[in-house]
Amino acid sequence: MPVLELRNVSKTYNNTTRALHDVSVTVEEGEFVSIIGPSGAGKSTLLRSVNRLVDATRGVVILDGQDITRVRGKELRRVRTKTGMIFQHYNLVNRLSVMENVLHGRLGHKSTFSGALGLYTEREKEQAFFILERLGLTEQAYKRCDELSGGQKQRVGIARALMQEPKLILCDEPIASLDPNASKIIMDYLRDINKTMKITCLLNLHQVDVAIKYSERIIGLTAGRVTYDGPAQKLDKKTIYEIYQSNEGELITDMKE
Amino acid sequence: MEKRRANEIQIFKKRKLVFTAAAAAVILLFWTASFVTQYDTLLGLSSFPRAFAWIIKSMVPNAKAIERLPNILKKLAETALLSVAVTVCSAICAFFFALLGSKTTKANPLLARVVRIVAAFFRNVPDVVWAMLLMFSFGQNVLTGFFAMFLTTFGLLTRTFIETIDEVSNDCVEALDAAGANYMQTVFQGILPSSIAEVITWVLFMIETNIRSSTLIGILTGTGIGYLFDLYYKRLDYPSASLVVLSIVVLVILLEIISGGIRKVIL
Repeated sequence: MPVLELRNVSKTYNNTTRALHDVSVTVEEGEFVSIIGPSGAGKSTLLRSVNRLVDATRGVVILDGQDITRVRGKELRRVRTKTGMIFQHYNLVNRLSVMENVLHGRLGHKSTFSGALGLYTEREKEQAFFILERLGLTEQAYKRCDELSGGQKQRVGIARALMQEPKLILCDEPIASLDPNASKIIMDYLRDINKTMKITCLLNLHQVDVAIKYSERIIGLTAGRVTYDGPAQKLDKKTIYEIYQSNEGELITDMKE
Repeated sequence: MEKRRANEIQIFKKRKLVFTAAAAAVILLFWTASFVTQYDTLLGLSSFPRAFAWIIKSMVPNAKAIERLPNILKKLAETALLSVAVTVCSAICAFFFALLGSKTTKANPLLARVVRIVAAFFRNVPDVVWAMLLMFSFGQNVLTGFFAMFLTTFGLLTRTFIETIDEVSNDCVEALDAAGANYMQTVFQGILPSSIAEVITWVLFMIETNIRSSTLIGILTGTGIGYLFDLYYKRLDYPSASLVVLSIVVLVILLEIISGGIRKVIL
């Protein structure tokens, strides 16, 4: 059974700007999929329609066998716990400690009262420590997040997502603000999580070479339409130019030769 | 190329001309205003020394004024505590009101607009005017001063808290939403910790402001340090009146130092 299915999803902002146009995508359990495409192609919109931060104008979103296109309130919260999300700018609460930020991943599972006051169970705290250890952040556990480097912040972001015990992790440009070294660490962690914990990963990436290296499957998005959907190995130069609507020699990836 | 350079030089010339014209306009405006109000600059400046001499002669606290110091300090403490109480009360109300007015956390657009208008109304009526209006219902009473300051502080803090919340919370609200947190959880786990430092800074600032304005309001409502100032002033006991003013100045400076220290710790 696919973990995620988008059927003919379209999204129009303010009745004028068309971000997604009739997008149909199926993601199987345990896959590592990257979405590439030029800025403004609708990559972020696509990712956000999966956890309903953006509501599709038309079409159906099926997550884990459940039609979530119109769910609301409590049910929406429950559905959102199934998808962790990682952001380009990390989106942590900078004034809180690493530990508190990681525990935020549990909020969707908790009652309003204990969540608002930050009352977590011993089991949840142990689990948070376990995840931090796994991501090599044990020493940073009690530091405030604004003391961390970009790479460390993104690892906290991953830890928060893992804390949800998600079926699927959505990554919106996870390495766009990081240096090459930290980028590799983050991508390696994501691949490791995908392989050992069997959590499906869906990424937005700007770096085509990274997408090809790490993912099994690549989806090309151009002006809100899917222009490529297939194995990473079969993505040839010509297709890349088509996705980015550019000519040979105009892309940064051409620099290698 | 030559032509372009000539054009660029022309731009500098033009800019100079605009500055000269602006300066001339300001001088002309000043001269006209002085003429209409029959204000004599020279006379104004030359009266400074005499004014200062008078202040020094008749307003420096004397022994009799010092005798009144305990009484002044008692009233000063009363006023300071009232300002703290007012500011804290209105800050708590303003924070929750601001949540409804902020772009990221509003419950619905119409309510957000209403919140902004109400806050603007409370803020833009001076607290002295509020005090005069409220005097009709509460009389010459501490409560009048309390509510007058409460309303303006509430209006101002709502406005600033709305801006603070808008500024700090976009990113973390999105992340907490994505994790399945509900509204109250997002407020207490995301927005409050992100904005608390700025909120405290503003509260400290408003405590200072309110001590200053409570002096003026006290004159109207016949309470606190303002009443004492009014009393001495009307008895022509200028040394005591100026001691009241000095003690307020010292208190505000002290508060500024303390709040500066607090800010250093929390930021």
